[in-house]
Formats: sequence, structure tokens, C-alpha cells
Amino acid sequence: MQAVQERAAVTRRSRLALPRHVRLQYDPLRQAWAVLAPERVFWPNEIGLEILRRCDGKTSVRAIIAALALEFDAEEEEISEDVLAFLQEWSDNLLLRAS
Amino acid sequence: MSDPVVPPIAMLAELTHRCPLQCPYCSNPLELMKANREMDTAAWLDLFDQAADMGVLQVHLSGGEPTLRRDLEEIVGKLSSRRVYTNLITAGVGIAEGRMEGLAEAGLDHVQLSLQGARTQTAELVSNYKGALEKKVETARRVRAAGLPLTVNAPVHRHNIGEVEQFIELALSLDAERLEIANVQYSGWALVNRAALMPSPAAVEREIEIVEAARERLRGVLNIDFVPPDYFATYPKPCMGGWARDAFAVAPDGTVLPCHAAQTIPSLTFERFGERSLAEIWTDSPAFNAFRGTGWMQEPCRSCERREIDWGGCRCQAMAIAGDAAATDPVCVKSPFRERVLALVQDAQPKLESVEAHSTAENFKYRRIGAAPVA
Repeated sequence: MQAVQERAAVTRRSRLALPRHVRLQYDPLRQAWAVLAPERVFWPNEIGLEILRRCDGKTSVRAIIAALALEFDAEEEEISEDVLAFLQEWSDNLLLRAS
Repeated sequence: MSDPVVPPIAMLAELTHRCPLQCPYCSNPLELMKANREMDTAAWLDLFDQAADMGVLQVHLSGGEPTLRRDLEEIVGKLSSRRVYTNLITAGVGIAEGRMEGLAEAGLDHVQLSLQGARTQTAELVSNYKGALEKKVETARRVRAAGLPLTVNAPVHRHNIGEVEQFIELALSLDAERLEIANVQYSGWALVNRAALMPSPAAVEREIEIVEAARERLRGVLNIDFVPPDYFATYPKPCMGGWARDAFAVAPDGTVLPCHAAQTIPSLTFERFGERSLAEIWTDSPAFNAFRGTGWMQEPCRSCERREIDWGGCRCQAMAIAGDAAATDPVCVKSPFRERVLALVQDAQPKLESVEAHSTAENFKYRRIGAAPVA
């Protein structure tokens, strides 16, 4: 009965998405984007939000890093570690899943 | 009040006090309401509409046992249409076949299932319900089969603190993604049963070691939330994240409460939904404003650097132990009543020769309508 479960290591090849029960949703009252998850509400900052929006299950982490570098006018090497760390943390909290 | 009132994020809806289980630590009040005092469907739907308008993002549908409400699907449907995140908090017994699928179709987001023990015998002793664990395991299976994410909630006390490892194993085998190891908080029925529920300091220490190791081992597999036992803590919990700060509770009859145990504070009076709107109660009700922000605080809270971290701790605990709802939570190391808390832990420890007697149910006052001890 027990499912074999392992911690997912996020790499540049990973394609991640929010599971169906984790919702990125705009809150018009607070004029901010919220992530609604089991027993939790998160308020991602601007960069976090830009990362999460691109987690559609199709775009690779490599492509997300490239897109962010372009958008924020930064070098890919400069931001890649932070992006990977962010995604690993969200994955560890089961808020993102590999598709 | 100088502190600005911000909109609430979360709400606990105690849809009913009816429950098939009789757990001796139930957080419901000692005077349980019968079904005829519960708000009807239309009133609950109106309340949830107002909650969504006010900015509530998450609703915890609880009780008692919320699935005893036949209109639960309708309630979930309403909240889902308002894009409010719904969390069903259930005991997981007596739920009809097909109900979980129906709730999932109505838009339910998440299920939290309580376990009273990881062993059959413990589960039955604590819930006073035969076959409890079997039925709960079956409910967990149905939750996952309906595609819903599952949290297992294990309220921990003297009689099951030795089963923490098994709770973790069980949560994994039930395919849960979250496990709450929640040491019982002494309010409501748990306060009545405090002496029979209090763990030993050694057991708490071992529990913390097990949980910390499991958290490390199961990172990215199972999220383990640990609610430490108040009486063994250094600082109090920020109860409700601060009184009337971002959450509130509603009793089955529509009484709107700053926290589910707030009615144990005799100086406060509460308003019912319908007499006033939810927004008016949240903003203006004297009970909500009594301990909102930091202006009400006494020393040592008033000048404490943690005053906006702990928010003074639990008002109900201050009432129960210090006899003053505005006092610092007595579990805080800085509280002048701290000694009293330590003495309560000490006095509750079973004498060596009577360990057996203390581990039986004879000492439990089970939660039942009309069973409340007279104060």
C-alpha cells in the first residue's frame, strides 16, 4: 500500500508545476498574489511570483532561468543558484511537483 | 484602539457540535449544542458570502463532525464558487460511500483527518468508539481515491505520545502529504481532563527527538507540523496568530468568536451572525477589540521585545491559570505564574505504583452532550 516516495531533486532539466490543490490566486482586496495551500497562505514576493507563474509543467527550469535573466536584465549564472534554491524549497514543501 | 483592523485571512467554521467520537481533549466548549441550535443552510451560505467579501481566503470546515451536516456539499460549493480554499476537518467515521467524491466534485480542496491512536486499542480508548482506526484508514483511502490531498492530524498526550513513530509510518502508508503532531492544548474538555492527559517531561523530550529526526529524513516527502506542548515551552504560542488579527471562529449557532475557546472568558460577550453583519462584528465587537493589537497588554508583555511575535500568547490559558484574561500567558518564562504551570505538570505525573491505573480510561471524562462537569 505504501507508495514509494522520494524527495525530488530540482535540476535545470526539471519541469515543475503547482499541484491542483495549490492555487496561485490574485486577491483583489489586498491587491497581491496569494498561494493557497493546505492550511497555509503564502505571499510570494515579486521575483518569487515571476518564478511560480512560469512553473506550468512544460517549461524547464533552464528556460525559466533564461527568461528571468532576460526580464530582470541579469546574467543567468548570477540568478540560477537563487532560482534553483527557491524551487527546491517550494518542492520540499510539496508546493511544486515535477510533471 | 490605535492598532489598525486588517481583514481576516482564515476562518474556523464549527458547523455542528454533534460527533460520533468522544475524545476527552475536544476543543469544543463543555456545554455542547444540540442540532436544533445549529444555523440553517441559508444562514451559513450568507455568512460564507460575507466572509469571502471581507477577504477570508481559507475556511476550515470543522465541528464536531462536519460531515453530519447534510448541506456540506452545498457549503463547499458556495465557498468554491467564491474561490475560498476549503479544508474539511473530519473524524473520518460514519462517512457514507461516495461522499468524498461528491465533496471533491463540489470543489473541496483538502482534507484533514484526525487519528486518536496509531494502534487499534489506543484509538478506541481515546475516541471511545469501536473500530475507529479501521474506519479512519478506509476514509483516508477514499480521500486519496477522490484525488484530494490529505493531512493526518494526531493530537498527542500521555496515552499516545509513545506512538509518534507509528503515527509517522501510518501517515506515510495512508499517502498523506502532511502530518500534524499536535500536543493537546488545555482548553475545553482537555482542561477538564488535564491531569489524565499530561505527558511526562521525558516522553516529551523523546517525542521532540523523533519528530526532528523524521522531519530531516522525510524532507520533501512528508511535511511534519509540530505543535509543541505549551506547558513545556519557553515562550507561548501566538494563539490564533494574535487575537482578532487574521482569523476567527464561528460556533454552530452563528456566535462569532475571536478563538474557539473564547467563551471561557467570562468578562466577554459575543455577538451572533444575523444580529449584525460579519464585518461589523470583526471590526466593532467589544470581544474582538478586547485583546486586539498590543494596547491591552500588561507587564511583562507590554515592554517585551516578543510582544508582536507571541501577541501575549493564549488569553484563555491566562484566564484558566492566572485568573486574568489580560495577563501574560502563564506558560511564558517571564510570567509570574510560570511556577504554577510547572506545578501542574508535576502534580499530574502518575505516582509510580499507580501507573497502570492512570493509563486506563477510568480517568477520562469523555466528551458528550450533557456530560460537562459542574464548575
